[in-house]
Amino acid sequence: MVETTIEPLDKLIGGLRVSPAQHLHGAFVDAGVTGAFGVRVREEQFLTMVGLRVTAGSPDRARLAKILGAELPGGCGEVATGHDVVVLWLSPDEYLVISQSVAGSTLVSYLRAGVSEGGAAVVDLSANRTTLRLEGPSAQAVLEKGCPLDLHPRSFATGTAVVTNIGRVPVILWKVEADSYRILPRASFADFLGRWLVDAMAEFKVLGSG
Amino acid sequence: MILISCPDCGPRDETEFHYGGQAHVPYPEDPNALSDEEWGRYLFYRENTKGIFAERWVHSSGCRKWFNVLRDTVTYRIAAVYRAGEPRPTLEGGPQ
Repeated sequence: MVETTIEPLDKLIGGLRVSPAQHLHGAFVDAGVTGAFGVRVREEQFLTMVGLRVTAGSPDRARLAKILGAELPGGCGEVATGHDVVVLWLSPDEYLVISQSVAGSTLVSYLRAGVSEGGAAVVDLSANRTTLRLEGPSAQAVLEKGCPLDLHPRSFATGTAVVTNIGRVPVILWKVEADSYRILPRASFADFLGRWLVDAMAEFKVLGSG
Repeated sequence: MILISCPDCGPRDETEFHYGGQAHVPYPEDPNALSDEEWGRYLFYRENTKGIFAERWVHSSGCRKWFNVLRDTVTYRIAAVYRAGEPRPTLEGGPQ
């Protein structure tokens, strides 16, 4: 299997990897705002992301739930927390499994053990997206400049994740805690979205200093 | 801007969707049996309804699923949203 050869390679290239928004680290630090109008952005590098596609009535769902430690989320916005993994609902037959501690190749081989031949697709998508963490009292106001969703807490609750657009970039927007969001753009959009966020945060620096 | 209720994701802005033209246009059972004119009619000829029109939309920056919408082409009011493959619903208030 391909996975078994990738495992040692993960360790080898660990020190050489460059994340999609790494070059913006300095700009993110400079753009940070503290105080009542505070908002900060940083990149959470190299989260493991595994794409999972399984149809609604598939018998594989029960086996996958046992492996993940959680039932697959049932509807739009739902996030399921399992053993060292979090599962995001992307569409009725598509999920994104995210982990901070389990390597992509390991997670893929675990999940494939629960999948019958042709019953579901499990693909390591860790390089597909990066993760930007936006947090602070003004985080919602920054996102509202470019997101068509209603981000008021009454319709976008903490602990939900939806697929939408920010600054015209297709992203997964995940409200991890109140005033703390994970934004998952595709790697090639990370530079644009990072700079868009820095620009959108600029006014709060002026408000905060005044 | 119109607000479209995706059957899976709920109401979202029109900008998250793409339009797919008239709904319920079946693919010919045997395309090879059609004359050029019949094939041309299948490919290019569509209704140009004034009023309630059944059309396809895809939630391209959301769940990426296709579904059908009954929309009034005069007022832009959306009268019904239903999943791909489901029959066209009949609306209350007379024949459409």
